[in-house]
Amino acid sequence: MSEKHDIIPVWFFVGVLFVVYGLLIVVSGFTEWSHPPGTVEAELHAPVWWGALLLVLGTVYCILFRPGKST
Amino acid sequence: MTPALAVLATDRLVHLSGVDLAILVFYFALVLGIGFYLKRFANTGEDFFLAGREMTAWVAGLAFVSANLGSLELLGWAGNAYQYGIMASHWYWIGAIPAMVFLGIVMMPFYYISKTHSVPGYLQLRYGPEASALSAATFAVMTILMSGVNMYAMAVVMEVVLGWNLHFSLITSSLTVGLYVAAGGLFSAIFNEVLQFFLIWFGALLIPILGLIETGGWSGMVARIHQNFPGQDFTHLWSPMHSFSANPMGIHWTGIVFGLGAVQAMGYWTTDFLVVQRVLSAKDVRSAKMAPIIGSFFKMAVPLIVIVPGLLGRAVLPMHLVPASQAVAGQYKFDDVLPLMLARYCGPGLLGLGITALVAGFMAGMAGNVSAFATVWTYDLYRPFLRKDAPDQHYVSMGRWCTIIGLFISIGTAYLVMRFASMMDYVQALFGFFIAPLFGTVLLGMLWKRVTRAAGFWGLLAGVVSSVGMFTLMKLDQRWVSVFALSPYAKGLAQAMYQALWSCVTCVVVTLLVTLVTRPKPDEELRGLVYSLTDVAQEQHTSLLHRPAFWGAVALAIFAILQIIFW
Repeated sequence: MSEKHDIIPVWFFVGVLFVVYGLLIVVSGFTEWSHPPGTVEAELHAPVWWGALLLVLGTVYCILFRPGKST
Repeated sequence: MTPALAVLATDRLVHLSGVDLAILVFYFALVLGIGFYLKRFANTGEDFFLAGREMTAWVAGLAFVSANLGSLELLGWAGNAYQYGIMASHWYWIGAIPAMVFLGIVMMPFYYISKTHSVPGYLQLRYGPEASALSAATFAVMTILMSGVNMYAMAVVMEVVLGWNLHFSLITSSLTVGLYVAAGGLFSAIFNEVLQFFLIWFGALLIPILGLIETGGWSGMVARIHQNFPGQDFTHLWSPMHSFSANPMGIHWTGIVFGLGAVQAMGYWTTDFLVVQRVLSAKDVRSAKMAPIIGSFFKMAVPLIVIVPGLLGRAVLPMHLVPASQAVAGQYKFDDVLPLMLARYCGPGLLGLGITALVAGFMAGMAGNVSAFATVWTYDLYRPFLRKDAPDQHYVSMGRWCTIIGLFISIGTAYLVMRFASMMDYVQALFGFFIAPLFGTVLLGMLWKRVTRAAGFWGLLAGVVSSVGMFTLMKLDQRWVSVFALSPYAKGLAQAMYQALWSCVTCVVVTLLVTLVTRPKPDEELRGLVYSLTDVAQEQHTSLLHRPAFWGAVALAIFAILQIIFW
């Protein structure tokens, strides 16, 4: 992203955010698997697949835009 | 009661679990960390105020659209979707897409080639200090008021959803924003806007997904709305606008096409410095042209996470929401619909993500306002009128202080906003005051070299005064609504559209008249500022897929298809 400055790409920070959130949400989804919260459509276990999606996307962003990698 | 006890004492819609709090706290830690990391790169004026002019089209484009996707947008427009139905999508489609494409293709080259740092800066070059100062002063006022609106919106979320004390939320979040913007300037603001863009999408997208699963798809949702609210049309864009009384907004299609599409949207997306500043950070002219066009594709999709949740509220919520002015204890307001839907579908973890997305939206909106305010104050008011020819470091320092001071003023205006019944009506009124006349002034100046220095100033002033006058008259006496908004049925948003239209017309007429009796600037002073005297690089030798004009045409085609689908 940067030409004048050697700044870590913003996409890397997006990746870090998603990895951390993905992990937290997936773990939370599994821990509540047998006793889902009282929300509507809770039986779909959205935290598990949504958290997994965040985790995968975040990992891809972290790898693709890691500091020091030329883009 | 002490503030700490008051925080714990109020009612709440949901309780955040440990994982939700961890998500929220990590976001605060990350944005502060990014702010302090970026501080080392924000050393010169160009770095601090324009992010070094080195952003790619994608980063500038996402920041451009994200600066307009604050919590105010999310809450206010979800509330408007509940109140007015899918007609609220007009503010995302005809109220944005043509204007964004117009900015990219027609106007951005002038802003970029002139190397201006702001929209008032362009007026300074094109007209002179009078129009520039008027524009800068009105923009500064509008920005600070908008900032207060954003603060209020966020505090409402915290209060409704979490039971947090309104004042506690206002202070803590605004101080965080102040710290990271003061540290990294526009770098920080843009980085956090991009983060917020992703957070908003991944935090809010589950609401329409799970909501449409619950209702059995779009047709199931529409059937439920008809069942819950028989005889009212909430699911068509254009067909209920053949008359003022046939739709809940009380507006005619002329108000949407001319007031919103041709004036207010054009004014906002092409002359509001808050959004234009993001595009000015682009690394070259082509990136600057592509940025708003990239943004337009995402803007078209935003109704999925804002308007659809509002419509789903009509379909599935067991209670009926009411206007803020009519809400009594135990009743929810229109603007509460998004938090209510979030609580309906999102349990631990996802709830934290959704709440963090709303907080991020608030913080990005705040950051956008204060960074734009700092730039306009420093470059367009402080430097030309108070201290010329100071070292660059002095202006960077002023920008940092201005960020903090602007935040404190915003906190004060947030309390002012609490006195108004509807947040969005208030904001639309603000846009009408300043943005619509400014569009007339900037556009005439870009397209017609004959327009004079005096005409630019007096046209803009006449437009702003007429706008404030119409707003005041309509608030004081309902009979004026029929005069200016053409119908007694016109609600707040409809009034604002016609107010914008007439104020722009006033600006244009006065500008033309004054131009005819005053002396124009010589051509040499207008090169790079006016269409007929500027060499804009052509793109004949660029492949089709790399031409901004091609992607602009694609955006307009998709926009047209959406109108037909939801007609």
